[in-house]
Amino acid sequence: MSGAFLGMPAFPANAAHAVQDSQLRYNLRKATHTIRGKRAAVVGELPDWAELRAAAAAIKDEALRDLDTHLLTLEAAVTDAGGHVHWAADAEEANRIVTDLVKATGETSVVKVKSMATQEIGLNEALAAQGITAYETDLAELIVQLGDDWPSHILVPAIHRNRSEIREVFLSKMAEWGRPAPDGLTDEPRALAEAARLHLREKFLSAKVAVSGANFMVAETGTLVVLESEGNGRMCLTLPETLISVVGIEKVVPSWRDLEVFLQLLPRSSTGERMNPYTSTWTGSAEGQEFHLVLLDNGRTKVLADEVGRQALRCIRCSACLNVCPVYERAGGHSYGSVYPGPIGAILTPQLRGMGSELDRSLPYASSLCGACYDVCPVAIDIPEVLVHLRAKARHSPAERAGMRAAGWVLDKSVRLAKAQRLGSRFRRLAPKRLPGPLAGWTDTRDIPEIPAESFRDWWKKTDGGRR
Amino acid sequence: MSSREQILARVRAAVRDAPAVDIPRAYRTGGPREGLVELFAERVDDYRAIVHVVTGDQVAATIGAALAARGVTRLVVPEGLDEEWARAAARAEGDEAATRALVGDDPPLGAGDLDAAGAVLTGCAVAVAETGTIVLDTGPGQGRRVLTLVPDYHLCVVRAGQIVGSVPEAVARLDPARPLTWISGPSATSDIELDRVEGVHGPRTLEVVIVTDR
Repeated sequence: MSGAFLGMPAFPANAAHAVQDSQLRYNLRKATHTIRGKRAAVVGELPDWAELRAAAAAIKDEALRDLDTHLLTLEAAVTDAGGHVHWAADAEEANRIVTDLVKATGETSVVKVKSMATQEIGLNEALAAQGITAYETDLAELIVQLGDDWPSHILVPAIHRNRSEIREVFLSKMAEWGRPAPDGLTDEPRALAEAARLHLREKFLSAKVAVSGANFMVAETGTLVVLESEGNGRMCLTLPETLISVVGIEKVVPSWRDLEVFLQLLPRSSTGERMNPYTSTWTGSAEGQEFHLVLLDNGRTKVLADEVGRQALRCIRCSACLNVCPVYERAGGHSYGSVYPGPIGAILTPQLRGMGSELDRSLPYASSLCGACYDVCPVAIDIPEVLVHLRAKARHSPAERAGMRAAGWVLDKSVRLAKAQRLGSRFRRLAPKRLPGPLAGWTDTRDIPEIPAESFRDWWKKTDGGRR
Repeated sequence: MSSREQILARVRAAVRDAPAVDIPRAYRTGGPREGLVELFAERVDDYRAIVHVVTGDQVAATIGAALAARGVTRLVVPEGLDEEWARAAARAEGDEAATRALVGDDPPLGAGDLDAAGAVLTGCAVAVAETGTIVLDTGPGQGRRVLTLVPDYHLCVVRAGQIVGSVPEAVARLDPARPLTWISGPSATSDIELDRVEGVHGPRTLEVVIVTDR
């Protein structure tokens, strides 16, 4: 994954820092509450939302179960339609393939459609190392790129910035990348959008190579699908002579018909609209364009091998789970130390990267397990279930493991439990109000339950269930 | 082993024990049958596009008036556009001598030409009432995808018979082999504070003329 996040401290430290930033909390609260309301309204419009959701989960499960077949079908269909298919086992290989393809065109810059996969593999940095400039064209990505910032949301990477901060970034940085911001730029969203339009116009009209991701790949027809709002996607997908799409292997859906489900679920879940302004679909080489598809694994097959964790691969990157999450709303996207923040990031990142770092081991704990994410997920990923599953897999401290082993030994036999309870009752006056050492972290915010004079079992035996 | 073989082998090993899946398609595959024109018009209007509902004999006048209102002097017309619409677009209202320049796409227009033209008039392949969506498939009267992208103003004529109720009905009607563009309102962004603002890179104005069968 992108090197920017390497060496970051664990989630609790990042979150503790982030919640001190009142501007950030204000920005996030405003944005997430706006989108929650919009989503709820358009989801409520569809009487068959539950049925669509069930179908979507099953379609994705089916696609993953026969992924090898679907990928081969897809490869054949794309090739038949004049496209070229490349396979990349990891980030490094994907970056090398894309770099070589761009170099073969003789170009030194590319325009980019917003794509999570290329962020995940750090493509922009890899291209820059080879002297190729990647221009981000999505408005939020542009704000992040100009501000030399990190993305903090899947759909709206600059969600942590408000309008006046965006204006500042445009005024100070646009000139370094091309056309400067207009004089007298205000912080009206309309004016900011207009500034982005002007800044990127010449880049679109002269670009020879574009790099995109895709929301879906239809195996049976070889069709790729990109949903977007601004038209930057259409510019990149249609104007350049060469199009390179980097897509995770889990983005396959088996049949054309499956789109009837996802084209209803995705826009309503992500931007809270009945439909996003633009959806483009193309099959192989469209209108004479040179087309390359790079199929990316980069840890996905590892996720696929985990019976419980594999449901994370159903994700269609709508970010509804981020927008409802009480933890995300307060800690912000940067705390997760990954291009995939929020609840989905907390289960996807540790599985993709493995749980080698302290940060990645801490992510499954970045949740109160309230379940709001599962509730809104359009492909019914049981995020709390996977979080708990990953917590069990993460390495625990020796003290915690010793404690759990001791508890397990006591609870294993009823005789042991009864003895332990009687022992506890006898010495109950000695139980501290606060636990010592690192355990104080628990009792700082919680009371230790009072130990009763006798256990329920003993009381029951003594009174025959209260009859004596 | 190539990366292709390696990835396929990893996939096969990973899903060896995965259970078979039945896909429950209990959702609506049809859509509303009645009032499609009204519903479509209302939903397009929600995106802050301009909408007209007219009868067949009013189309020419509506096209002329729309172009005149925007002060269009040059516009792109794709191959196969309805001749009556094209004639209406070329004739400037109220001034017999004045005409608008129609720019064809043969030979193919460059991005600069399209940017300079500023306006485009097309038909469509399918429209979806529930979502207020117009779908173009590069067929006759629609042209290459860039024709409806670079000009800042898109005037689109939709025949009532092209409107279906729901997304599943539209997907069933469309040919995946053709490049498709689904358009729902003018270009927009929600990237600033997650609030929708119209007008970014695609046409900032979308005007839709719906022709009823009456």
